[in-house]
Amino acid sequence: MSDPQNILEAKAIAKSFLGNVALDNVDFSLRRGEIHALLGENGAGKSTLIKILTGVYSRDSGTIRLDGEDVSPANVGEAQVLGIGTVYQEVNLLENLTVAENLFLGRQPRRFGLTDRREMRRRSRDLLARYGLDIDVDALLSTYSVAIRQIIAIARAVDLSGKVLVLDEPTASLDAQEVEVLFSVLRKLKADGLGIILITHFLNQVYAVADRVTVLRNGRLVGSRDIDGLPRMELISMMLGRELQHVTRDHQASEGDVPTGEAAIHFNDYGKRGSISPFDLAIRPGEVVGIAGLLGSGRSETAFLLFGIDRADSGTATVDGSEISLTSPEAAIANGFGFCPEERKSDGIIGDFSVAENIALALQARQGWAKPIPSRQRQALAAEFIRSLDIRPADPDRPIKFLSGGNQQKAILARWLATNPRLLILDEPTRGIDIGAHAEILKMIEKLCTEGMSLVVISSELEELTAIAHRVIVLSDRKHIAELSGADVTADNIMHAIAAPNRTEAA
Amino acid sequence: MIHSRNLPFVTTLAIFIIAYALCAIQFPAMLSTRVIGNLLVDNAFLGIAAVGMTFVILSGGIDLSIGSVIAFTSVFVAVTVGTLGLHPLTAFALVLVISTAFGSAMGAMIRYLQIPPFVVTLAGMFLARGAAYLISTQSVPISHPFLDTIQGFYFRFPGGGRLTAMSMLMIAVFIIGGIIAARTRFGANVYALGGNPQSAELMGVPVGRTTIGIYATSGFLSGLAGIAYTLYTSSGYSLATVGVELDAIAAVVIGGTLLTGGTGLIAGTFIGILIQGLIQTYIVFDGTLSSWWTKIVIGILLFVFIVLQRGIIWYSNRRIDIARLKGV
Repeated sequence: MSDPQNILEAKAIAKSFLGNVALDNVDFSLRRGEIHALLGENGAGKSTLIKILTGVYSRDSGTIRLDGEDVSPANVGEAQVLGIGTVYQEVNLLENLTVAENLFLGRQPRRFGLTDRREMRRRSRDLLARYGLDIDVDALLSTYSVAIRQIIAIARAVDLSGKVLVLDEPTASLDAQEVEVLFSVLRKLKADGLGIILITHFLNQVYAVADRVTVLRNGRLVGSRDIDGLPRMELISMMLGRELQHVTRDHQASEGDVPTGEAAIHFNDYGKRGSISPFDLAIRPGEVVGIAGLLGSGRSETAFLLFGIDRADSGTATVDGSEISLTSPEAAIANGFGFCPEERKSDGIIGDFSVAENIALALQARQGWAKPIPSRQRQALAAEFIRSLDIRPADPDRPIKFLSGGNQQKAILARWLATNPRLLILDEPTRGIDIGAHAEILKMIEKLCTEGMSLVVISSELEELTAIAHRVIVLSDRKHIAELSGADVTADNIMHAIAAPNRTEAA
Repeated sequence: MIHSRNLPFVTTLAIFIIAYALCAIQFPAMLSTRVIGNLLVDNAFLGIAAVGMTFVILSGGIDLSIGSVIAFTSVFVAVTVGTLGLHPLTAFALVLVISTAFGSAMGAMIRYLQIPPFVVTLAGMFLARGAAYLISTQSVPISHPFLDTIQGFYFRFPGGGRLTAMSMLMIAVFIIGGIIAARTRFGANVYALGGNPQSAELMGVPVGRTTIGIYATSGFLSGLAGIAYTLYTSSGYSLATVGVELDAIAAVVIGGTLLTGGTGLIAGTFIGILIQGLIQTYIVFDGTLSSWWTKIVIGILLFVFIVLQRGIIWYSNRRIDIARLKGV
């Protein structure tokens, strides 16, 4: 039966969307006066679970008990009234209102039916004083930093709900000092007996502030453990879903064909404040460089910098010894770079364009819009890649949105291959595609690098990286922390590198 | 210190005062209470409608149906009173119920069918105009002792100016609208929706109820503006007040309300109306200028204000960035 220590107990929660199981029989419990970290990679079901607890989604089955009572919040407002408050990462408060208006929106103190602004100001000041904030509550929220807004959001949520506080990646855009301020607020709330659920990607932060951790993977509960006495290694293997033993290395590159030539593309001290710390990276022709790390470790940010989507604010990039400036994707393409983004549907394909048009896009972009590619040439190009990459159905005129994920991915690859790039960056190239296409894409990556192309592959599938990469860069907390090459490229070593506590980061 | 969010309003007020001073230097008669009284009465119906439009724009929406609803109201009142012999008060009550219901229905469509306000109210604009034609395509004059009483009611200023019932109604609407916007939960919710609808919803703002309430308010005030217009012209005509919604939008924007929503004041719209009226009055006084100069000046002012608003947003963002870099 229910443990009186638990303020919140969710049992056997299940939820599916259009037949896709998002949560499968997940149990979760939260004690009074506890900070409970909820971890998992993308698609693990963290946000679905949170949205069920906070009334955004309704569950398919299972029970939620709050303070021993069965509850089923139908919307955010109801969850708030029950005592469950949420602070989201970005969409949070209203920048166009004052601090006081934000704190009391929907529950303004009234006199004679009208908002009592003076009372609202007074109570706002009192409320924020408890968090050590002494600011002008009549100023617009937009005049304050993200860290202060975060504390205001917490103050509002706690004042409103008072039993359970859910924080969805609260530290994503804070610097180390701001994180420390936030954590001292959380510790104080914990001492007041509040139950706090913290979603974060930063393991250091989990160890710094959390008491317990629950890990989800692929919609299933992996386990709930006390942080004390839980080795990092074990936590990471819970998240990535790998046993530490029996890791065999099936690496073709270990058989002696590691490219040893002179690196042609260099990034020196390349970085962007608040996105990824400066790193050095040299890529040889015909080399596959893998990038590994947990979600939020700076994987995609690295790709964005390499491809000019984000501008570096430090360091230099050189190709063949001459310095280049990657100020935009256009500049990157002009230098022979290509990029297949992680969010294929939103960032990669243009759904209503035909396969042929999608393939011709990058080539067209490089030629400039003034010189359209003749449709005959486009069709020939499409026919060639449809044959060589085995894109199915083999119809160049079909809108690409009707193709399967794997075939869409091949078409995007074809788009870049048509420009004959010297460096191709692939962000999660095999996510969401079936096993057959998965193997084909890996095979193609190998083939491309034997032809002398350089590739940077970002993946959360460790097997994938160990199978194709000659070198693996390991990222953690937005830093390049380790580099493994040759025979050292094993899933075990990657996990050990991720687990190594990052001593330079305070939080 | 002036808060940057009130800067557009303060600018509008300053422009109005300077412009009025310049006009008064050239034509001292423009200071007379008669001119002021006429300025108010000539723009009463526009002002009433513009209050509704301010709520809509503050919430990040738009209402294109206003002019058509005014025309519908005037024809409806003229026909029911003149031809069917209803008492004007009954006709007023009926038409306000209809226009409010019409606005609510548009709000419900915007919210529950997730159709952009521009599209829904464009359809509403055609629908209301069509309904007005259906009732009568002729200009229908009305006269009724009760209406004469209202039209004959006014306060006399020293100097001969008149504060008519219509002007008083407009001023009352502005005052009540201002209180609702600034001092009620509904008003705060309107600003919240205009700031960021997702955040507002997550903060527990009843989005559906508020959206419907906003368009119902706009519908109600369009109906009220239609009644004021009927009294002003003593007739109903289905071809009248074409494009009044655009004049209302202009008054709102010149009054310092951000077209993207979330920032602005009802009082600003009042100044916006006065500025439009002042330009018209100046043209009348001058006597040689084409009345199209009103549109040209309004156009220039709109450009100035949109650029000003952009500038303020840019400036305040920059200030935050700088503050952040300094680690404040």
